[in-house]
Amino acid sequence: MDQIIFFVNKVLVAGVVLGSIYALGAVGVTLIAGILRFSHFAHGDMMTMGAFITFLFALLASAMGIHAPVPTGFLVLPLGAAATALIALGIDKVFYAPLRRRGVASVTLLIASIGVTMMLQGLIRLFAGADTRTFFEYEPKVIYRIDLSWLGGTRPITVSQPEALMIGLVLVIVIALHLFLSRSRLGKGMRAMADNPDLAQVSGINTQLVIRITWLIAGALACVGGTMLALDVSLKPDLAFNIILPIFAAAVVGGLGQTYGAIAGGFLVGFAEELGVFDWSVFTRPLKGIAPDWLGNATNLSLVPTEYKLTVSFIILVVVLLVRPTGIFKGSET
Amino acid sequence: MNLIEVSGVHAGYGGAPILNGVDIAITAADIGVIVGPNGAGKSTTLKAIFGLLKITGGSVTFSGRAITNALPDTLVPLGLSYVPQEKNVFPSLTVNENLEMGAFVRRDDFSDSLTSVYDMFPPLKEKRKQKAGELSGGQRQMVAMGRALMSQPKLLMLDEPSAGLSPRYVLEIFDTIMRINKAGVGILMVEQNARQALAFATRGFVLAAGKNRYTGTGKELIDDPEVAKSFLGG
Repeated sequence: MDQIIFFVNKVLVAGVVLGSIYALGAVGVTLIAGILRFSHFAHGDMMTMGAFITFLFALLASAMGIHAPVPTGFLVLPLGAAATALIALGIDKVFYAPLRRRGVASVTLLIASIGVTMMLQGLIRLFAGADTRTFFEYEPKVIYRIDLSWLGGTRPITVSQPEALMIGLVLVIVIALHLFLSRSRLGKGMRAMADNPDLAQVSGINTQLVIRITWLIAGALACVGGTMLALDVSLKPDLAFNIILPIFAAAVVGGLGQTYGAIAGGFLVGFAEELGVFDWSVFTRPLKGIAPDWLGNATNLSLVPTEYKLTVSFIILVVVLLVRPTGIFKGSET
Repeated sequence: MNLIEVSGVHAGYGGAPILNGVDIAITAADIGVIVGPNGAGKSTTLKAIFGLLKITGGSVTFSGRAITNALPDTLVPLGLSYVPQEKNVFPSLTVNENLEMGAFVRRDDFSDSLTSVYDMFPPLKEKRKQKAGELSGGQRQMVAMGRALMSQPKLLMLDEPSAGLSPRYVLEIFDTIMRINKAGVGILMVEQNARQALAFATRGFVLAAGKNRYTGTGKELIDDPEVAKSFLGG
């Protein structure tokens, strides 16, 4: 029983949390790829920036003496998301829109986004320093323990409060995004533009408005994803730059331009990474003496050492590009 | 009064000019058909009218209003609609969503237009929830025309609506175009099936090398031995 609880904690809970973070980033990447036709490399740093902005709002809220039964970072998340969305819009106006007007190739935009990456990283270090920070300096991180002793387990399933809140929030976001894309006039216009930008223009769809909405959504979701990651671990300047690879892997696996694909891809990559580093020896240890020595006496049976977690998403990315370059949901060619 | 007047339009894609003075004028009651050999600038003329490429000389007026080099999203609300020859549907959107996108510029209730488009193309009604990319070529053409009608245009521009369709569908599409015209929508179309199209055209324009070669009613052009010999395959 303990082995199963261990598995639930290490793979299921961790996979859902990591998958949610990847999905939030990948939705933005895939929307930008679909509407604006380029790979937005600065997306990871947009997530980091969102987390720092939320952190600032959280500091402000604590200074004002605001306390809630939920983490302050979670409480001020709407403010952070709104601010990040507006900054994303500003970044587009200053850096990408002038290039688009000149009709540059998408690789030029990609390189411009690498420039934005460096700029954002520099700005974050300039204003916040290079230290690692935590949202839980002035308040405790509540951990929920689900007691399973009635099932014969000696250890509980543990979920931290920010994790539980974030999983709920991601569920709400996914449903809201689905309703927006399938019911609203603008959401349908967005899908139409991702499908066939020339025809969207010819149909009289306000493509500039669609572009602005795309940045607002991508920016807000980036902030939620970044804050979620910071609440789960810690806040540092290269927080989300380190996960840009799995985020792109998730977007590509789901098919670039496919929103639902990006969500599925995010969870797929998240679970794959957690499964890849899971130590299967907890299951084989009870077989000591029965199974062959290499199995029964093994101390670590994970497929990939934890430090190499990123390899999993790298392998997924390469395999998908080789076998099915349009992704499982048939997006545009990558 | 002429619904649209194209006079002496010059245009190109930056390199060598493609249009060297095209004149077109039709009324709301007309079906105008542009014919001519490959590379004559037929499709380019429609694109130039619709603001998809830069007009470097001449002018375009629509209902007496200058629209030279106006952008598509300002033209659709004025009453212009354009159906490109290829890639003219949103493949991952349903048939119904494709039609809704045609009404994107309208903020009023467009359910009447939706009903009348489904009445005009009955096969679409049963497939309204199906993705447009899964339809046959003929049905996709119906979606494309239906989408263009959703904005309640005064002028419908069609780029080779019969391209790639089986003969049975070609007749059906031409018949539909005539019905749309009878409902009060001016038509300006480019056609490869020149003889067939000129037969029901009220105005015909034969282009060659980016210029008008012959202009007249459809019947005049078919009966002109010169046109028949050089452009209609004898």
